Amino acid sequence: MVKDNSLSTRILTLIVHTTMIFVLIVTLYPVLNVFASSLSSADANNRGIITIFPIGFTLDSYKMIFTAGAVPRAFKNSVVYTVVGTLINLILTTSFAYPLSRKNLPLKSFYTWLVIITMYFSGGLIPLFILVKNLGLYDTMWALILPGAIHTTNLIIMRTFFQNIPHELEESAYLDGANEFVIFTRIVLPLSKAALATVGLYYAVGHWNSWFNAMIFLSDQKKFPLQLVLRDIIMLAQTLQQAAEAGDLSARQELGLINAKGVKYATLFVSMVPMLAVYPFVQKYFVKGVMIGSLKD
Amino acid sequence: MEVTMSKNETFQNGFKRFWKSMKKTKYLHLLALPGVLYYIIFHYIPMYGVIIAFKDYNFRKGILGSEWVGFKHFIRFFENPFFWRLIRNTILINVYQIIFVFPLPILFALFLNELRDGFYKRFVQTVSYLPHFISLPAIIGMMVMFLSPTDGVVNMILQKMGLPTIYFMADPKWFRPLYIISDIWQHLGWGAIIYIAALSNVNPELYEGAVIDGATRVQMMRYISIPSIMPTIVIMLLLRIGHIMSLGAEKVLLMQSPLNYETSDVISTYVYRRGLVYGEYSYTTAIGLFNSLINLTILIIANRITKRVTETGLF
Repeated sequence: MVKDNSLSTRILTLIVHTTMIFVLIVTLYPVLNVFASSLSSADANNRGIITIFPIGFTLDSYKMIFTAGAVPRAFKNSVVYTVVGTLINLILTTSFAYPLSRKNLPLKSFYTWLVIITMYFSGGLIPLFILVKNLGLYDTMWALILPGAIHTTNLIIMRTFFQNIPHELEESAYLDGANEFVIFTRIVLPLSKAALATVGLYYAVGHWNSWFNAMIFLSDQKKFPLQLVLRDIIMLAQTLQQAAEAGDLSARQELGLINAKGVKYATLFVSMVPMLAVYPFVQKYFVKGVMIGSLKD
Repeated sequence: MEVTMSKNETFQNGFKRFWKSMKKTKYLHLLALPGVLYYIIFHYIPMYGVIIAFKDYNFRKGILGSEWVGFKHFIRFFENPFFWRLIRNTILINVYQIIFVFPLPILFALFLNELRDGFYKRFVQTVSYLPHFISLPAIIGMMVMFLSPTDGVVNMILQKMGLPTIYFMADPKWFRPLYIISDIWQHLGWGAIIYIAALSNVNPELYEGAVIDGATRVQMMRYISIPSIMPTIVIMLLLRIGHIMSLGAEKVLLMQSPLNYETSDVISTYVYRRGLVYGEYSYTTAIGLFNSLINLTILIIANRITKRVTETGLF
């Protein structure tokens, strides 16, 4: 390769590398700071001197959130909602995407229109809320799972993936006497592990990180997922802060009591860690998945 | 008479053929059934439920039994003193997103494209996706803590520099900048994926030829990379413009307090508050319907333009 030593190239290289280092720092610093603070002593936290290394290393904050309060139960709830929800998402998405991927299927354009229309128009929040109530799903875990059982983008990703599987495979199985159902479960799905992993991760992230549906569809605090509990902790801290600044003495005292910063940081970190631990292993499929989901066909 | 007969017969034949092919593919339709039921129940029944925007919905009487009231709820919304504030806040946040959030992933993808394949590139890319996998409550939680006027890092630095403390989260002036900056932080890497994919599809011979012709890196970026992702940029921009009247309630609700309603209250948060907190179902359904109709119009126009410009539409 010819070496390009022009001034403009050197300036470009400088800008590119500066940008990359800036992105790395700005992205990693807050997360590492939260992690370090969650492992630091209350004293160090109150003096606000923590960077990305813990000061006065202690596991007290984690002990506290995992022995008392709403966090352990909420964590378990979130795991259940994520696992059950993702499983249902994947079953419904793949089983609908497969017929949509088949050429010459009678009624195919009806199915497609059924889906497309929902991308452009929806009933909105209140009619959905009324429906969930009328179906008797209010205050059950199904209210968090069924209304979002299929995301259209993910459906399109799956459908496009299935379309690209060589059709000869299915035909020869058909000649061997297998019906479509057997072909789908025994041949097509095992060939689709990459797509299942990507779409599964998208769904799992959605479930793990969601709090809004839990806020509107759940009233029993025992059923709250972790993100909703986290939000309540943050909101409480913020409300108290504003009251304290307005001169409310009791709020100021209460703020002092719950202002165990380490505990807040530990809860924050626990809420992030499962997804952060998983995504690097699936990310090699992202580019393909996102590309299909936004533009294809 | 004969003509009618044969028409009838063709129809019957057509139906028979259709039925035969349906029978042949019965397992496929069986597979599709749960998905079809899902879309009908959770998308089409709520669409039908929209008629309560024209009624005074009463939970006991149900959707059908409640009384018709025409456009009462729409007129009430248009006459609401907060109408323009809600519209302005909704559109302004979207416009700021298009101006500030939209271009950065493109730039990031172009810069990433300048790095040689290897560990460094992969590391930057992986790290850049990270914020996408953090929940909104966690992101806003981090913001609240870092920006706290009493013990947040940012205000501590401001104090050391001799500057006054800022109550970021309560100040209406700071709502939009904070919303936009956190959006950039969360979506820079993830938003770049689609441009990275487009760049990876560029024929390498173009770059090789340019090198032989003595082109510099900047010239290659200017004359090869940018033109080749231009169609993607245009589609993404038009898609984004199609959503200019919509803004989900989730993030705003987390950052919102009565102290910053002036800049933070948007249509979706207003619908949530008046609808689910105060139980005004019909009124807020009317607001939602008004909003979706405008959205739909903009989206259809944007989609038309996309098709004309790039010959690809959505879906």
